Amino acid sequence: MSTVLPDVDERVGLAWEALSAVEDPEIPAVNIVELGLVRFVKTRADGTLEVGLSPTYVGCPATEVIRTSVSVALRAADIGGFEVTQVLSPAWSSDWITAEGRRKLHAYGILPPERTVSNVRDVLRADRPMACPRCHSVDTETLSQFGSTPCKALHRCRACLEPFEYFKCI
Amino acid sequence: MSLDSPAVDAHAVDSQALFRYVLRLGDLSLVLGQRLGEWVGHSPAVEEDLGVANIALDLIGQARLLLTYAGEVEGRGRDEDKLAYLREQDAYFNAILAEQPNGDFGQTIVRQVLIDAFQLELYERMTNSLDVRLAAIAAKSVKEVRYHLRYSSGWLVRLGDGTEESHARVHTALELLWPYTVELFAEDDLDRLMADSGIAPRLSEVRDAWMQRIEAILTEATLKLPKDRPHAWHGKRGQHSEHLGYILAEMQYLQRAYPDARW
Repeated sequence: MSTVLPDVDERVGLAWEALSAVEDPEIPAVNIVELGLVRFVKTRADGTLEVGLSPTYVGCPATEVIRTSVSVALRAADIGGFEVTQVLSPAWSSDWITAEGRRKLHAYGILPPERTVSNVRDVLRADRPMACPRCHSVDTETLSQFGSTPCKALHRCRACLEPFEYFKCI
Repeated sequence: MSLDSPAVDAHAVDSQALFRYVLRLGDLSLVLGQRLGEWVGHSPAVEEDLGVANIALDLIGQARLLLTYAGEVEGRGRDEDKLAYLREQDAYFNAILAEQPNGDFGQTIVRQVLIDAFQLELYERMTNSLDVRLAAIAAKSVKEVRYHLRYSSGWLVRLGDGTEESHARVHTALELLWPYTVELFAEDDLDRLMADSGIAPRLSEVRDAWMQRIEAILTEATLKLPKDRPHAWHGKRGQHSEHLGYILAEMQYLQRAYPDARW
């Protein structure tokens, strides 16, 4: 070994720091830690760091981009050997978006997921009116269950007439 | 990139059987996703273009997970791409309903409701599979399938309970597609082996739940439940309608013409 690596705790800390700087490619307002996509950073017996990442939606093209960005960021952070693992179970939930992540989504004009996923009936049916993230009116309507990305639905505010996106709860 | 969930456990069934079963699931998603993709740029409105494309994307995502797993189970070095792009028609094991033509938007919606409800009931139960990898894939997929059914059943209700014209069209589509649903639930030796091994739910159980759901949706859509007719479809064993060949020709063209081409 020619290079001297920082100790394990420090490497894990550096990894988290680097991961916090990785933006979501489709919603650059939030990073992947705030979205709850990073499931763990742990050290293997051989010293390799293992980073667990979850996909939001299985077919989401952003997943591939995120995986690449994570590798680039970790390599740049000089944390030594690492491996990125895909974590399917338990499946990612929009409940895992952090409070800060929700705040940033809202400020960006995307309504964060309203309810917890424990209420499956809600996901399947009923549509309560969403409050417009711009003018806060609840006089809004659903335009489409599917928006510009798999994770969002498209709504419109009848008060300020602006369309807005809603991050679906899943 | 590795996956966290290890492959099937020690008391596993014959790997060739599991391979074929996982392909049944994966091919259903892949072929339906490819069919839905045909709507992109042709949907009745931009919102429907987005909706259908998003569902197609989810289905292809499911197919990727399932085909990757199938390749690992088979153990002959075939990955998702090799399985998707380099298998002949008789090595595809999807039920024939998935490959039926899109028809008009109503016909696409009818096909979608029938399969969404099937996948929902199947995956919900498969989250308890003894095969931990299938359980994980099912748990992930079922969340997305709920949104698919919400979309498709919402449209079926609007069209069925809509104008005379829209009602007549989805009625015709339902009569046309209904016979193909029998194959989804026709339990053969492979389905039985998977249920006996705790890998998959019993299809009779899935069918009961599916039927309840479909009846409720059809009632709201003011559509009558068609009569069951004996079926002679064996897509699950690799005997397909003439449609699958055309789907594969388009999907596989590039890999056949330029083997191993990459983005």
